[in-house]
Amino acid sequence: MSRIAARFAALKAEGRAGLVTFITAGDPDAGTSQAILDGLPAAGADLIELGMPFSDPMADGPAIQAASLRALAAGAGLTATLDMVRRFRAKDEATPIILMGYYNPIYAHGVETFCREAAAAGVDGLIVVDLPPEEAEELAAPARRVGIDFIFLTAPTTDDGRLPTVLEHASGFVYYVSITGVTGTASASREAIAQAVARLRRHTGLPLAVGFGLKTATQIAEVAGLADAAVVGSAIVQRLASGLDPTGRAPAGLAADVLGFVKELSAGVRETRK
Amino acid sequence: METLNTLRAGPDEHGHFGIFGGRYVAETLMPLILSVERAYAQAKADPAFAAELASYLEHYVGRPSPLYFARRLTEAFGGAKIYLKREDLNHTGAHKVNNCMGQVLLARRMGKSRIIAETGAGQHGVATATVCALFGLKCVIYMGATDIERQAPNVYRMKLLGAEVKPVTAGAGTLKDAMNDALRDWVANVEDTYYMIGTVAGPHPYPAMVRDFQTVIGDEARRQIIEAEGRLPDSLLACIGGGSNAMGLFHPFLDDRGVRIIGVEAAGYGLTTGRHAASLKGGRPGVLHGNRTYLLQTDDGQINEAHSISAGLDYPGIGPEHAWLHEIGRVEYVSATDDQALEAFQLTTRLEGIIPALESSHAIAYAKTVAKDLGEDHVMVISLSGRGDKDVATVARALGDKAVGGLS
Repeated sequence: MSRIAARFAALKAEGRAGLVTFITAGDPDAGTSQAILDGLPAAGADLIELGMPFSDPMADGPAIQAASLRALAAGAGLTATLDMVRRFRAKDEATPIILMGYYNPIYAHGVETFCREAAAAGVDGLIVVDLPPEEAEELAAPARRVGIDFIFLTAPTTDDGRLPTVLEHASGFVYYVSITGVTGTASASREAIAQAVARLRRHTGLPLAVGFGLKTATQIAEVAGLADAAVVGSAIVQRLASGLDPTGRAPAGLAADVLGFVKELSAGVRETRK
Repeated sequence: METLNTLRAGPDEHGHFGIFGGRYVAETLMPLILSVERAYAQAKADPAFAAELASYLEHYVGRPSPLYFARRLTEAFGGAKIYLKREDLNHTGAHKVNNCMGQVLLARRMGKSRIIAETGAGQHGVATATVCALFGLKCVIYMGATDIERQAPNVYRMKLLGAEVKPVTAGAGTLKDAMNDALRDWVANVEDTYYMIGTVAGPHPYPAMVRDFQTVIGDEARRQIIEAEGRLPDSLLACIGGGSNAMGLFHPFLDDRGVRIIGVEAAGYGLTTGRHAASLKGGRPGVLHGNRTYLLQTDDGQINEAHSISAGLDYPGIGPEHAWLHEIGRVEYVSATDDQALEAFQLTTRLEGIIPALESSHAIAYAKTVAKDLGEDHVMVISLSGRGDKDVATVARALGDKAVGGLS
């Protein structure tokens, strides 16, 4: 069983939803980013999305755009991102890591090479924002061959007619983008999410993670009552950004502060029974 | 069997030209892209759409644009006969309006009430704002902060036309960054908004659709050169940023194997300096802004900033059909530097009384380097894609004390 499947099975047994946390690899520097990544499981993250920095993150709002640029300025890149996963994996064999980002850095690296290196580093899943099902197979197929799940995004605009196309090759879990918009901006209402989750359940038996616009433990608790996982990204990245010193560097204690914030958020899933 | 022998049949049903093109967008946008594709297919099959577009192109845009024999440039270059396809004479002063007129009619058929667009030099922004004014549609233009500064007259024109111009400060504040923000806007406003892409790039169906709306340039040029010379031209030249004026001129000639076709990219400070906008000469295949094409990028797949004195060419990518024509070798892609373009700008102004856009000046600059060797019976058609009034301040800054050689 893959780490992703095992984790969702364990969550089901616990009777609660999971918390998926997003950080950008290498933000604001390699050391701080590694410290945050390594501390996430203890802070309550059940699955981890690790952002692969990209110069042109066109589906992301200002917070994650800035995180990407900070990471790139500090020398981050795809190889460094895989190194982070390898170091994390040496200490944690159970928490799934999903790399999230855009296709060009992977394409530039070479798809087959990337899949092989990612699997060896301990990556469990991929979310590639600009690979809709119409274009995804050139990466999804080689990823599957090395045991990496390709996680598809569904959106409010993905209607019933289109869902089967999106879900045909889906594995791991299904990510529901709960708003029409970029990351870290608007939030969907509980009713809208409830309806969307019910609609998706009619089409797939895979676990459902809901993200975009979740910022507080209360919002997370709401989603935790409906879906199998809640995803938080921009709020964590924003917390990190607000802790930087005036020169943009990480002061001592930044990783601990971010992890403390994640712990607060994780109350949202841990105190909500399904 | 005939379709097997034509270079004009692309893209395939998924929007691919060879390995290039495609639909690399977030899932939120896919249903919209598919609906644009369906709506365009229906419009294309509807004679009423073609008739409506033709009527606006004639009576509002002012087509056909002249094909003008540039006698003094021809003499100065000392070889090939130079004809200029005068897209600068279109309403709004560039070829961009050909595409905007087509797309705004499509947006109306789709019932969209709000139009967004990206712009570099501001020519596409002005053309978009113009057709929005004409049809009473809300218009939002994304423009890099750097470009807003160097193209101030166009910014004011857009505002006069009723458009909201949103400055984009991300990155270098140029066309690439404006396109990112336009895509972000579209994702957030899927219900009422139509994204009017200004060049032959982006996700399918845009590269094919924008090309179709621009082929009026080549279709006219073909008729006009046969009328003037009694035969097809020997060569075609056009500047390339995304490549819409070039594609518009080239496409109707792709199957005429005797016609040499040359696209001129912006070499900025020079290809060896790394500060240029020549995606084919200095880039490699990648995926950005919805399509696979040649991109200026680092070894790690991060997109580089382009540089060109011409805001309209200052983009690190190129339309996917150009990438394909490059790979199959049907079109030659060359480049001209900022300095060469500035020289051609002044030369055309002084010799022909035509102030060309800095973009178009790149094509004229390359013509100067080859015309002499081609002989007097060689007929060359150059796309004069736009007028250069918008560039006067940029040129004055660039020339400094050397301003307008000889005029003291």
